[in-house]
Amino acid sequence: MKLTGAQIVMEVLKEEGVDTVFGITGGAAIELYDTLARSDIRHIMVRHEQGAVHAADGYARAKKDVGVCLVTSGPGATNTVSGIASAYMDSIPLVVFTAQVPTHLIGNDAFQEVDIVGITRPCTKHNYLVRSIDDLARTVKEAFYIARSGRPGPVLVDIPKDISQTTTDYKPLPRPSLNSYNPRYKPNMKQLKWALTLIKEAKKPAIFAGGGVILSGASRELATFARRLKAPVTASLMGLGAFPASDELWLGMLGMHGTYRANMSVQSCDLLIGIGVRFDDRVTGKLGTFAPHAKIIHIDIDPTSIRKNIPVTVPIVGDCKLSLAELNRLLDKEAFTIDSKSSKAWLDQIEEWKNTIRLSYDQKDTIKPQYVVQKLYELTEGKAIITTEVGQNQMWAAQYYHFDQPNCFITSGGLGCMGFGFPAAIGAQVACPDKVVVDIAGDGSIQMNIQELATAMQYKLPVKIVILNNRYLGMVRQWQELFYDRRYASTDIEQAPDFVKLAESYGGVGMRATRPEEVEPVLKEGLGTPNLVVMDFLVEREEDVYPMVPAGAPITDMLLVN
Amino acid sequence: MTQEKHTISLMVENIPGVLSRIAGLFSGRGFNIESICAAPTMDRLVTRITITTRGDESIMEQINKQLNKLVNIIKVQDLTETDFVEREMALVKVKAEPGNRAEILRLVDIFRCKVVDVSPTHYTIEVTGTAEKLGALLELLKMVGVKEIARTGSIAMAREKK
Ligand SMILES: Cc1ncc(C[n+]2csc(CCOP(=O)(O)OP(=O)(O)O)c2C)c(N)n1
Ligand SMILES: [Mg+2]
Repeated sequence: MKLTGAQIVMEVLKEEGVDTVFGITGGAAIELYDTLARSDIRHIMVRHEQGAVHAADGYARAKKDVGVCLVTSGPGATNTVSGIASAYMDSIPLVVFTAQVPTHLIGNDAFQEVDIVGITRPCTKHNYLVRSIDDLARTVKEAFYIARSGRPGPVLVDIPKDISQTTTDYKPLPRPSLNSYNPRYKPNMKQLKWALTLIKEAKKPAIFAGGGVILSGASRELATFARRLKAPVTASLMGLGAFPASDELWLGMLGMHGTYRANMSVQSCDLLIGIGVRFDDRVTGKLGTFAPHAKIIHIDIDPTSIRKNIPVTVPIVGDCKLSLAELNRLLDKEAFTIDSKSSKAWLDQIEEWKNTIRLSYDQKDTIKPQYVVQKLYELTEGKAIITTEVGQNQMWAAQYYHFDQPNCFITSGGLGCMGFGFPAAIGAQVACPDKVVVDIAGDGSIQMNIQELATAMQYKLPVKIVILNNRYLGMVRQWQELFYDRRYASTDIEQAPDFVKLAESYGGVGMRATRPEEVEPVLKEGLGTPNLVVMDFLVEREEDVYPMVPAGAPITDMLLVN
Repeated sequence: MTQEKHTISLMVENIPGVLSRIAGLFSGRGFNIESICAAPTMDRLVTRITITTRGDESIMEQINKQLNKLVNIIKVQDLTETDFVEREMALVKVKAEPGNRAEILRLVDIFRCKVVDVSPTHYTIEVTGTAEKLGALLELLKMVGVKEIARTGSIAMAREKK
């Protein structure tokens, strides 16, 4: 079968089960776009390439599949970089196609030429410049294979314009196998048995779950495991939803803005089981003081995550789901029972911490941002897909919206990329048309990809944006308040658009609440409106996120006052 | 923490960009490269790269794992953990004046190297050996007057079991 390069790309997309592509066209991408438009694949035309990548990221997480983008060369390609870096930090499988200038012009500083492979080398799992039409099909196949296997991540494929136009013979290729890339899924039995020994000895076990649990679909195995051990479970920001927040073993989030009981539990436990986590500095605080009494079992598919930041007693390289299933099987086989006396003492202690300091706020005359999130949680019965922007809004979303299911909390965890939430919500809504999708936003971040209001309107995506509008770059202002004597250098963003009118100007619905009693009615009406809705909540300007562990301090050093 | 020297041998796919992936990994993660040397093997699809670096145990563990994670790298071997041979070559251009020509040739003889170019005022010496041997010769030649020098960096290989 004779096909053009562009047709070959579409063929492989279909083979890989892709039905949606996010992007914007341009000169070098014109052939690819012409072919895409004549295929069965749906194209979501965004208004900025960063939006395309975040949308593909949100899509990938909500759908548990690979997200795909297509952009043009030069500025189209450079605009994708923040999105790719965010997906890379959070291990989200994406394939990003960038068009490139024709092969004979590469290296000549041609119009709209950039070395995007060079630029994205450190923030992709892998990337390719296709140099010959003969390599195209295999390269695209490999890109999908690498993006979704092992520890997932974004893969970029740069396709020169002439290659998209050239024709060649095409026949579908089998699943690629690479002699230099062979992710390992199956955990080592010896390590598992060693872990089991520690589990049997532990009197105060705790589990720390991360994004890896969600990526490997291991929530059920995790729940079985935790209940079996009666081990309390905490999670990183990326791990929220991996374990049901309504479970009595749930501790809340760990780390800088973690709950009092989660931080206390980790600092007191005698065995910490880290699953699909990378012990990021926002979680560990001062490294030498983290989990000082604990032996540590660390399960992760990526060997580089293990012992990168903290010493580990038992490293287990493998897929979270397989590893937990094996551990559960071993526990059954050995008819493991917990020592009920020590277990009760440990859980009682945690209950006491829980009652000492809870997440709290004081709802008086001005709207408290936490109150908005709590009401949102109640009104959606915890069933919405929540995306977030970055800053205080993100932390309040993490603290006050409680997730019982995985793949429902979509946030830029590792990169903390402002402007992520709204396009990610668009992607999630494309993936899950029947779900309520809400972007919990800050007034600063939402302006970083606000142009995507047009995209949401164009494709009739009824995304809901809840702006916790404090007229500040709030999280940075909080640091200035606490550590810079309240010198608010460049964090006041009073100068802002009227978000209600802005929404209306795009054809959406805009609503505003300025008083606490308006919060619930606005949310109710907004959530019930089958259209793009921007809800602007004017909240207490100088509200802070607590608890807070100052950067680099031990995680028991929590600032608790509000 | 001891920053011991390690010699790492890599087998990588012989395709464009691999060297920059490796160099980028080292610079991006704050590891250091003392020398790096790359050339194709008998299999023209495979390139062998020898890197010498320094680091304590945990850094070396990360270097090893991170290299393994690069998609184009087929095999990573820290030779320092085994018995291995290591060689480096250098070309050294020294001032050769009537008064020191004999002294230079004597050093060339002792160190078993070769004079590969002669001019009225200079000798160019080719020397092969371990980094230590090269260092020792250079120290002595400095006294004569070194004009320029080109070193290859180490190449290395594990010894076969005896
Ligand atoms: C792209 C980008 N630029 C800058 C920052 C640094 N930063 C982190 S939080 C924050 C403030 C965010 O303000 P807003 O969206 O209003 O959220 P709030 O904290 O007020 O809820 C800034 C500037 C960032 N994370 N991302
Ligand atoms: Mg704000």
